[in-house]
Amino acid sequence: MAFYVVQFLTGLASAASLFLVASGLSIIFGVTRIVNFAHGAFYMIGAYIAFTLTERLSGAFGFWGSIVLAALAVAVIGVIVEMVLLRRIYHAPELFQLLATFGLTLMVEDLVVLIWGPDDLVGRRAPGFRGAIDFFGQNIPSYDLFLIVLGPVVLGILWLLFQRTRWGVLVRAATQDRDMVAALGVNQKWLFTSVFAVGVFLAALGGALQIPRDAVHHAMDLRIIVEVFVVVVIGGLGSITGAFVAAVLVSELNAFGILIFPKISIILVFLVMAVVLIVRPWGLFGKPEAAARKTPGLTVNPWRPLTSNERLMALAALAVAASLPLFAGNYLLTVGSEIAIFVIFAVSLHFLMSVGGLASFGHAAYFGLGAYGVAFLAKMAGLPMIVCLLLGPLLGCMGAAVFGFFAVQLSGVYFAMLTLAFAQIVWSIAFQWVSVTGGDNGILGIWPEKWAASPSHFYWLSLGVAALVTIALRMMVFSPFGYALRATRDSLLRSEAVGINAKRIQWTAFVIAGTTAGIGGALFAYLKGSVFPDNLGISLSVDALVMVLLGGVETVSGAVIGAIVYKALNIWLVSQTDLSKLVLGGFIMLIVVVFPKGIVGMLEMLAQRRRKSSPPGSPLLAKPIESAE
Amino acid sequence: MKLTVQDLNSHYGPAHILFDIGFEVGEGEVVALLGRNGAGKSTTFRSIVGLVAQRTGRITFEGKDVSAKPTHEIVRDGLGYVPEERRIFTDLTVEENLEVGRQPKRPNAPHWTREKLFALFPNLGEMKNRPGGRMSGGEQQMLTIARTLMGNPSLVLLDEPSEGLSPKIVEQMVDAILTMKKEGVSIVVSEQNLHFARLISDRAYIIERGRICFGGTMAELDARPDIRDAHLSL
Repeated sequence: MAFYVVQFLTGLASAASLFLVASGLSIIFGVTRIVNFAHGAFYMIGAYIAFTLTERLSGAFGFWGSIVLAALAVAVIGVIVEMVLLRRIYHAPELFQLLATFGLTLMVEDLVVLIWGPDDLVGRRAPGFRGAIDFFGQNIPSYDLFLIVLGPVVLGILWLLFQRTRWGVLVRAATQDRDMVAALGVNQKWLFTSVFAVGVFLAALGGALQIPRDAVHHAMDLRIIVEVFVVVVIGGLGSITGAFVAAVLVSELNAFGILIFPKISIILVFLVMAVVLIVRPWGLFGKPEAAARKTPGLTVNPWRPLTSNERLMALAALAVAASLPLFAGNYLLTVGSEIAIFVIFAVSLHFLMSVGGLASFGHAAYFGLGAYGVAFLAKMAGLPMIVCLLLGPLLGCMGAAVFGFFAVQLSGVYFAMLTLAFAQIVWSIAFQWVSVTGGDNGILGIWPEKWAASPSHFYWLSLGVAALVTIALRMMVFSPFGYALRATRDSLLRSEAVGINAKRIQWTAFVIAGTTAGIGGALFAYLKGSVFPDNLGISLSVDALVMVLLGGVETVSGAVIGAIVYKALNIWLVSQTDLSKLVLGGFIMLIVVVFPKGIVGMLEMLAQRRRKSSPPGSPLLAKPIESAE
Repeated sequence: MKLTVQDLNSHYGPAHILFDIGFEVGEGEVVALLGRNGAGKSTTFRSIVGLVAQRTGRITFEGKDVSAKPTHEIVRDGLGYVPEERRIFTDLTVEENLEVGRQPKRPNAPHWTREKLFALFPNLGEMKNRPGGRMSGGEQQMLTIARTLMGNPSLVLLDEPSEGLSPKIVEQMVDAILTMKKEGVSIVVSEQNLHFARLISDRAYIIERGRICFGGTMAELDARPDIRDAHLSL
């Protein structure tokens, strides 16, 4: 019994940091509508800076002072990031900010290694909390008890801050209606900056407080960010109390999951999250999101099919791509195949995200399922390659059919999080069901047959499939189904009012996107000759998001360009420099600031500007109001 | 002049909404902006306070050009805005809603306190701690006006204050607006309801399809039933 109590207390102690980070994320999202992917990075920097400071400053004051100083220092970094980076892109399409903060995260991961080295750093123990307390023969570190008390204390302070101060009232008001707050004379810029500072401070404090418990290392950001997303979603976005309860819930699930369900410990949390989202789509303490107040007329040019000239240009580009084997070596061709495969992956997500308005954070699940489908068919059933390529993606299709059914019941960030949860579940199964999937060792030896074995043949195969898929999805955009899907994206209520079965349309789109991703995955399995759980992991899902956003969400086929640029750059950077993440992250941030509509979106805008040299109202065009939606 | 709008043109994306709008409001005046649904009344107001990004023209408030300023600065200069859809903060209590609107005292404008506003809108005083989301439409409309008055504006843009309210509440609204006027607040009120406008306004402009097509005193408007019928009646 005592053992379980101690396990419970350990869970509570872990919940403290998780709560700090999650509440920060929740506050930032509530006001700025930014899903701050860099929140884990701030948490990590907090831990690193606290580590350095505690090494330099001695004594009890030195230690606790270091923790607070570290959090303040990171908050200042956060303010700079907000003012330099985020302020420029509040107007960009939704999720674009996610891309920017993702770029920032990449940079931080490399910077941290540059400054503090790649090794784990073990921090000092907290003065006054070095020992452990005996509890019926079980030891509880006294620092854990400190954290257990700290959690509710911080909750109380935040509650007072939000309920009893003018700042808190303004923040809550802005969470609901930013424009109206501006229309009452409040400078949103500073409100946003201060909110961001508070959120980042909490994240960094959470990180700094971890150093007596855990080693500081350069991958702690990704681990925490996923957990924090889960916490925020279970608790309800924007609810501090919800974040607290969910942090406790998640930490306890982690603490006891290992004991009770060792086989599925990793997916337990995601299962719970999926259930919560299905039963209470806005989280335990959240409120159903009011329909976003969209400023009319902000969406860009209406989509149109390509003109015949543009078609010719696309064909010419394809011909140029197809001529690559005439002069490129094997390495380049393999890279080319990989890029083509990622084009398939990116356009499939783009279809769901831009045409359907459903941004999936777990799209890699279907890519990976396609790859595993091929692996099963080729290795276990020994089927010929062409059959595997045709049937393998069906696994992605089935996965999408099952998960998509639940996912399309939600929308917005909640949809994104549920898809993330599903992807994590699939990943965990691949990772933990060793007897079937080989676990971490993956499935090896899936090689193409002779007709596709040479790099040039495989390249042509990949390119051909990529072209077909892109054309097919494009045709679908301009089909009645595409119109219906776009109608559900632009106004769910109105589309239902004209007789469109919105959920069904969205579900169909989800299945189409999942199957297409599966096709990419199937080819990928043959390209690499192997399948690993990473093929359905989070980082691959994020890659897909980046490719789509980079190309331009509001374009019809921007994802193609996005995939080519991102993948080529990625592969090239990895071969050129050890600091590929730093450069890539910087590049992404630059793109975000310079081309807020994505690469293709930017080109379209330029083309349009050239077409009519003076757009309506341009001569004295008032500056866009920074604060407005 | 308190407020002068000249050559105001606004766009939503490719759509041109307002065409060369121009009108003036004198010190302490109540001016009605009349027009049918979709004529451009709300867009005019939103453009004045800078909530429409694509706008050109010249907006002078108390002698200063405010057309390039961001929304919150325009409002802080004393130009209050009461939006059409009420847009109260439903999660916040009445008192908290008022707090969001609070701005420092202004020398050239009446100073409003909570107490003074609760006297003006007695209903609000009875539900200080009620969340905005659990109030009736009329109470919400009063709260939006009270909230804007907390900023001590010297001029208020009132977007369709009578819309969707019961006759009894409309009466209270007329009283409140007349009190505001007596205190010295200049008011621009947009309306579809000519009867309501007549009770409170000194002058009126008629807007149709984004263009001002009439401007004059209420008496002048009454003398031109042809204009009234052409642009206002349904």
